[in-house]
Amino acid sequence: MSFKTVLMQGNEACVEGAIAAGMRFFAGYPITPSTEIAEGCAARLPQENGHFIQMEDELGSIAAVIGASAAGVKSMTATSGPGFSLMQENIGYACLAEVPCVIVDVQRSGPSTGLATAPSQGDYQQARWGTHGDHPMIAISPASVAETYSLAIRCFNLSEKYRTPVIFLMDEIVGHMREDVKIPAPDSYEIVNRRVAGNDGAYKFVYRVPEGQWVPGLKPFGAGERYNMTGLIHDYSGFPTNSTDVAQREVTRLMEKVLKNKDDIVEIQEYAMEDAEYAVICFGGTTRAALEAVKAAREKGLKVGMWRPVTVWPYPDEKLRERLPQLKGALMVEHNYGQMLREVERVAAGRIPIDFIGRINGTVIPPQEILTKIEEALQHAQ
Amino acid sequence: MPSDLIQKYMRIDHLPHIWCAGCGNGTLTRDVAVAIDELCNCSDEKFHLDREKVVIVSGIGCSSRAAGYLDFNSIHTTHGRAIAFATGIKIANPELTVVVITGDGDCSAIGGNHLIHAARRNVDLTVVVYNNNIYGMTGGQYSPTTPRGEKGTTAPYGVIDQPFDIASLAAGAGASFTARGDTYHVRSTIDLIKAGIQHKGFSLIDCYSICPTYYGRKNKKGDAVTMLMNQKNSGISTEIYQKLSEEEKKGKYAIGTLSESNSPEFTTEYQKIIDRAMEKEGRK
Repeated sequence: MSFKTVLMQGNEACVEGAIAAGMRFFAGYPITPSTEIAEGCAARLPQENGHFIQMEDELGSIAAVIGASAAGVKSMTATSGPGFSLMQENIGYACLAEVPCVIVDVQRSGPSTGLATAPSQGDYQQARWGTHGDHPMIAISPASVAETYSLAIRCFNLSEKYRTPVIFLMDEIVGHMREDVKIPAPDSYEIVNRRVAGNDGAYKFVYRVPEGQWVPGLKPFGAGERYNMTGLIHDYSGFPTNSTDVAQREVTRLMEKVLKNKDDIVEIQEYAMEDAEYAVICFGGTTRAALEAVKAAREKGLKVGMWRPVTVWPYPDEKLRERLPQLKGALMVEHNYGQMLREVERVAAGRIPIDFIGRINGTVIPPQEILTKIEEALQHAQ
Repeated sequence: MPSDLIQKYMRIDHLPHIWCAGCGNGTLTRDVAVAIDELCNCSDEKFHLDREKVVIVSGIGCSSRAAGYLDFNSIHTTHGRAIAFATGIKIANPELTVVVITGDGDCSAIGGNHLIHAARRNVDLTVVVYNNNIYGMTGGQYSPTTPRGEKGTTAPYGVIDQPFDIASLAAGAGASFTARGDTYHVRSTIDLIKAGIQHKGFSLIDCYSICPTYYGRKNKKGDAVTMLMNQKNSGISTEIYQKLSEEEKKGKYAIGTLSESNSPEFTTEYQKIIDRAMEKEGRK
């Protein structure tokens, strides 16, 4: 595999990864700490025959992104906490109308305007439940600049494949970190493009799912298939309906297209978990500190491993459950008040004790703090 | 038997529409269809429209149900966001002809920010406002265009806000074509929608609709025919309207083109950026 090595910032890697994935439309509004993504797209997209637009707000940004995707172009927006809140209504639109798009949230410390330049993972649950109503959600959280590049591609691939918005849940740490990225050769990674509808030219069946598929194809506007798209519950024709049967069928399908494909969607990273009796659970920006602490614990002879969801939604319940029998306990480490902790406790269901280190003041959790907690927990367990 | 026009441009299997008897929205939707039909049949290559390249974008409200009935590419979006969706569609594929159907509340209250910024950018969109002075879908609350002193369910003692003149608002924000039509003056309104689509840049046609069910009943405006006759008497062509004294203008409004200019259009200007950037990168 040929590649070149480039020193870049996480936000830049997001731009380059997205462009490598085929993203050719970006709409956004300036907000720290995501702004470099908009700046990068403004400079880079015209070079790739793509379009950048600075919208009047985040409500308009996500709307323009969905419109551009419906017109057939892979599209992305990037924002941070307050802007992510503003985008929620239309993220639900993209879920229901099944319009692929990628929403990057470079998390910062909240609530409200919060500590605008400080790191946080406080949008974790919002990424899942931010928009109203029952809906599917895929969210991916990178832990390094190199991963930001490759996972941006993965976000687009999943979005196109499942016709659903994907949240790229970055944070200030990864977004503003600079490190070497080995840019992979374009033929070394897979690019997934949406299946274009083949509905016999009849708009009546644009939302009918072909046999053996989870989603209908999506023909861009202007490609000769005059159909209707709506955020109302719709039948096969894409036209609104009040049928309770159709609502049951379609919302169930939306949920199941993600939940029944977790084997394909869910990715985790494990380190030294084979014989681990205690797991440090982390994601995104807490991964490095967790890894360092686990390595230090191993040097002291402690049987500790690191377990990290890369796909943070849907939650890797099954993969965590597989590890429970070997564990005496686990430690959740995250830069919030305990948002992923809820998921871990739900999966553990009382079978093992779950310890917790959180942070809500804009500082980061250092490895030493994690190591101390590991030692305390293992002493306690003996 | 539905007319040829209805057969050709309406999704017959989704009729009847949801609008109340006497509502002006059906007439305005017909005006949009006729305007597009005439441009599809236009032999002048510069203005000829390809039906398959027409996208109708709407927001939420009574007006915005029109998109679903019209047999084009159509997208019924979220409340207030139609113009922002349309901006994305147009920029992603500038070959498309993008027509936004929206209401007074949809485009000037919840969507006001998108309206003024799309006008400022001069994106080549045509916005047709079905302006009925009321929130009809939710049952008759006052809107940004309900005149002072008139009533809505949320203004039981009369509106004290100053109303928007949506066409002036758009023109002030930089729209390069603004016009006013209404439900009664059908031929003029069709021509104005056509002119808006032909215009290269952001165009807005503020079309006064009638809502006998909520606005009319609440404000004792009479039945649909009475409200239409009122439009007949109040809507005056711009040429004549301009010559009226301030006293004579009271209770009247101008029908026709209100403002027009040739400012640079967004997608055309952006293409120049792409061309330069790609040339510099040696890709062209």
